[in-house]
Amino acid sequence: MITLLTDAGEFAVPGAEASTTTLWCPARDAEAATGWVAKPKGLCRGPVCVPLPAGREREFTDGGRIDLAALWRHLDRPAVHSDRGDAWVLAESARERAAMLAALEAPDFALPDLAGRLHRLSEQRGKKVLLVTWASW
Amino acid sequence: MWQALYEELKALGFVVIAVAMDSREGDPGPWIEAARPTYPALIDREHRLAELYGIVNVPQAVWIDEAGRIVRPAEPAGAYEGFRQMNRLTREMPEDVARLTAQAKATYLDAIRDWVRHGSKSAHALSTAQAREHLPPPREATARAQAMFRLGQLLLRRGEREEGERWIREASRLHPESWCIWRQGAGVNETGLAALPDFWQRVDALGEDRYYARVDMPGMP
Repeated sequence: MITLLTDAGEFAVPGAEASTTTLWCPARDAEAATGWVAKPKGLCRGPVCVPLPAGREREFTDGGRIDLAALWRHLDRPAVHSDRGDAWVLAESARERAAMLAALEAPDFALPDLAGRLHRLSEQRGKKVLLVTWASW
Repeated sequence: MWQALYEELKALGFVVIAVAMDSREGDPGPWIEAARPTYPALIDREHRLAELYGIVNVPQAVWIDEAGRIVRPAEPAGAYEGFRQMNRLTREMPEDVARLTAQAKATYLDAIRDWVRHGSKSAHALSTAQAREHLPPPREATARAQAMFRLGQLLLRRGEREEGERWIREASRLHPESWCIWRQGAGVNETGLAALPDFWQRVDALGEDRYYARVDMPGMP
């Protein structure tokens, strides 16, 4: 069982196979966790499509699966994994985050309260929000 | 302090979302129960807000308007680093430093009140250009460090302590500006604070640099 952490959350992907350099994920799980899907013109997320290097398409997709590690390298985004390869974090790059922040749209998030109930920033739309961090340490 | 401000301003369409950047199991619970907040009090074990908003220390806050637009990017929320000048044995603060600490807090709270009442007309609501200037600079090493921190937290949660702590140390090495990451990996004293000698060494090593970044707000020390 491989655990994926992405901007969309935490995903347990029983059908994934990983080495230290590859992370083959069933297409449906890859889409749920990352939003990326394989199309004839390349790998796409929403309206954005990234063409794959000619002749190397099989390094990224084999029909039913996507190698998310290869995709993340191709996109030049940070991917880190546990020594055993059973936990992966697929993150956004700093330049993408900066581009999103430059639009000054507050990125939405879902975080739990003490009881485990998830709250989203977007639930407070229509109010002025002071989003303030603290810690017990 | 946030509960009182929330009660004072909530009728004007204002809400606080307080997020504990705590990762140790059970840590923020007693604090939240004692504060009895009526606004959302959330827990961010993986420091997602650090990734999304560039949080590097607490308390840092972001002002977000009714349309979900960032009015003031992440900055210290009324905190002043007077603690650097306190007596480390007695925890007493020189009087002038205590005054500056109180001034930082009062200035910040008044600025929030002004923004809640006057919206974009408030002198403390940054223009689009100003707000962009206050955004954290993008650093790829930081993005990588945040991913490592998240991985470390997942492994700790699974009980894989040694590897989890290694990722968190590595994250702190790559992103040394983050006190959130460093303190999460540091030891805590008898009162639960990450304020052992290594904390003070790290603070002293700042020299003239700030522990809390300077806040661009009139009247802020």
